[in-house]
Amino acid sequence: MSIATNTLPGPRVRSIGSERYRRRALLFSAIMHQACIGFAVVIVLLLALVTGYLLYLGCASISANLFLEDVIPKGMPGYPGGLRHGIVGTLTLIVMASSVGIPMGMLTGIYLSEYSSGSVLAAPVRFICDVLAGVPSIVVGILGYELLVRPMGNQNAYAGALALAFIMIPIVARTTEEMLRLVPKSYREASIALGASKAWTILRVVIPAATGSVVTGVMLAIARVAGETAPLLFTAGISQYLRGVHGPSPYIHLQELQEPFPSLTVQAYIFATGPLKEQKYLAWAGILVLVLLIFILNLAVRLTLRNRHKV
Amino acid sequence: MVYMSQKMIDTSEKGPTFSGGVAPRQSAAPLRPESRMPPVAVSASPAVLTATPAGDGLPRLPLGASLERCDTHADLDSEPAIVTVKDFMLFYARSKALHGVNMKIPMGKVTALVGPSGCGKSTLLRSMNRLNDLIDGVRVEGNMYYRGQAIYGGGIDVIGLRKRMGMVFQKSNPFPMSIYANVVYGLRIAGERSRAVLDEVCERSLRGAALWDEVKDRLHSSAFGLSGGQQQRLCIARAIAPDPEVLLMDEPCSALDPIATAKVEELVFQLRGKYTVVIVTHNMQQAARVSDYTAFMYLGRLIEYGPTNAIFFQPHRKETEAYVTGRFG
Repeated sequence: MSIATNTLPGPRVRSIGSERYRRRALLFSAIMHQACIGFAVVIVLLLALVTGYLLYLGCASISANLFLEDVIPKGMPGYPGGLRHGIVGTLTLIVMASSVGIPMGMLTGIYLSEYSSGSVLAAPVRFICDVLAGVPSIVVGILGYELLVRPMGNQNAYAGALALAFIMIPIVARTTEEMLRLVPKSYREASIALGASKAWTILRVVIPAATGSVVTGVMLAIARVAGETAPLLFTAGISQYLRGVHGPSPYIHLQELQEPFPSLTVQAYIFATGPLKEQKYLAWAGILVLVLLIFILNLAVRLTLRNRHKV
Repeated sequence: MVYMSQKMIDTSEKGPTFSGGVAPRQSAAPLRPESRMPPVAVSASPAVLTATPAGDGLPRLPLGASLERCDTHADLDSEPAIVTVKDFMLFYARSKALHGVNMKIPMGKVTALVGPSGCGKSTLLRSMNRLNDLIDGVRVEGNMYYRGQAIYGGGIDVIGLRKRMGMVFQKSNPFPMSIYANVVYGLRIAGERSRAVLDEVCERSLRGAALWDEVKDRLHSSAFGLSGGQQQRLCIARAIAPDPEVLLMDEPCSALDPIATAKVEELVFQLRGKYTVVIVTHNMQQAARVSDYTAFMYLGRLIEYGPTNAIFFQPHRKETEAYVTGRFG
């Protein structure tokens, strides 16, 4: 009297109840299947829509000027100029923030994963990381203003980088911890049994085994941080140009880091909310560049890793 | 200190009888030549051995003589010991896993630890190279001595100890690196950089593990490309590459097919003399095939310990006899 009797070879046992059940089960299964496909398609379409719109609006304003000029005010020749200062500024801020945030985050993650057994510090640290990861970035900005900008006297790049690092650390720590935990315990045991110290095991076996995933976590953190506007508004401020002490130069002088520092996101915000039409187009182009930047960063890291990473 | 076998008077003339045992007699010689064997430590009547429990069909261990006394055959007194376990007790948080184990691992021989699941043989093995330190909440009393030096406490260099004891695990666990990198890992830890030395040791270890011919053309390919049996032999090669004195093997064949098992057993047989091997196994026939000495453990206690032939064909304890004849476990 069950489904099974209907699917076995031999004389079919006709039973209304089981037939109806079977049809219903198949129908339900088909509906779920189509629903999953449908939602996936919808999401991909939405993504394509957003990206397409962005490309459409941004491409119109992409030109060499975008990468060569800083902002040129209306009325001066070469208006509206470009976003060189923003691009260079964001890249600089990312590098500075990463140099602080990634080591600290990774070491915290390693601590939470490898050294946390028997330690009373581990659970509070983990909890705090989770809480900090969800703090709104504008709060980080205000915090940075009070703690960094006020004592330093003015807005500057260091404050901006530290605020970004503050956002980065919990993300990197938690993802590193999760990825290291996924490495099978048997690797650690085998390494220890061969007479390796714990540090050697972590450096030479555990981390290399988790490299791909850890890098993904780091890239996620960088991508998140590259797109932050609110904290930079408070800490790095607004700057419409980036020039050396003695005039325009492609390099950043240390002096620049102590003054309000430009960034792509803040500049795009200023342009987009401003009144001038050409600058609005420039803002779109800037956003497109930002997205492309992150995309290229990801791609480059993935490609480099793929050659070394032995599965 | 080695426990001497109990000198209790045996009530029956011929000693305990074997009933329905799996182990056949090897020779026509009488089972118990009285001139050689010490009296049996049996306090219950022989009838207990022949009775099978009725009703539930579950095998039962006939608990007669106290489990706390270990019966160590006199043959072991003459063997030089490389590891001595003395009154060793181990606690996992609250529960006691090992109760006062005393044994001497003879140098250059293969010693098998047998017993039913959960009897503590893997725990004992892992305690020898202090791998149980990795587990939280483990507490140890008593001590073990490696060449006279205390393993627990006493300022021993744990890393040096582990370098002298290679370990092979139940499930093969090659690192996610190339075969070559796996085998020379132990040497790289020690700081060896010379490519010539590493190459030579790699070949020697892989030959020793009977894997060289199969992998010599693909030393730098990933270790995961090997089959299960090959991976286990790779782990053995990795363990013997730094030339340890003692090889600890925790059920190395339990995840392998019979052919791979035969290869590993042959390997273990060949390793004797140069290495001391302590092998934990569930498989009675395997223990009989490869080991010189066998230790039978039950419920965290060492019950009997002696030459393999004696344990299998002339055990002193009826618990041992019940186990080796397949009555339980």
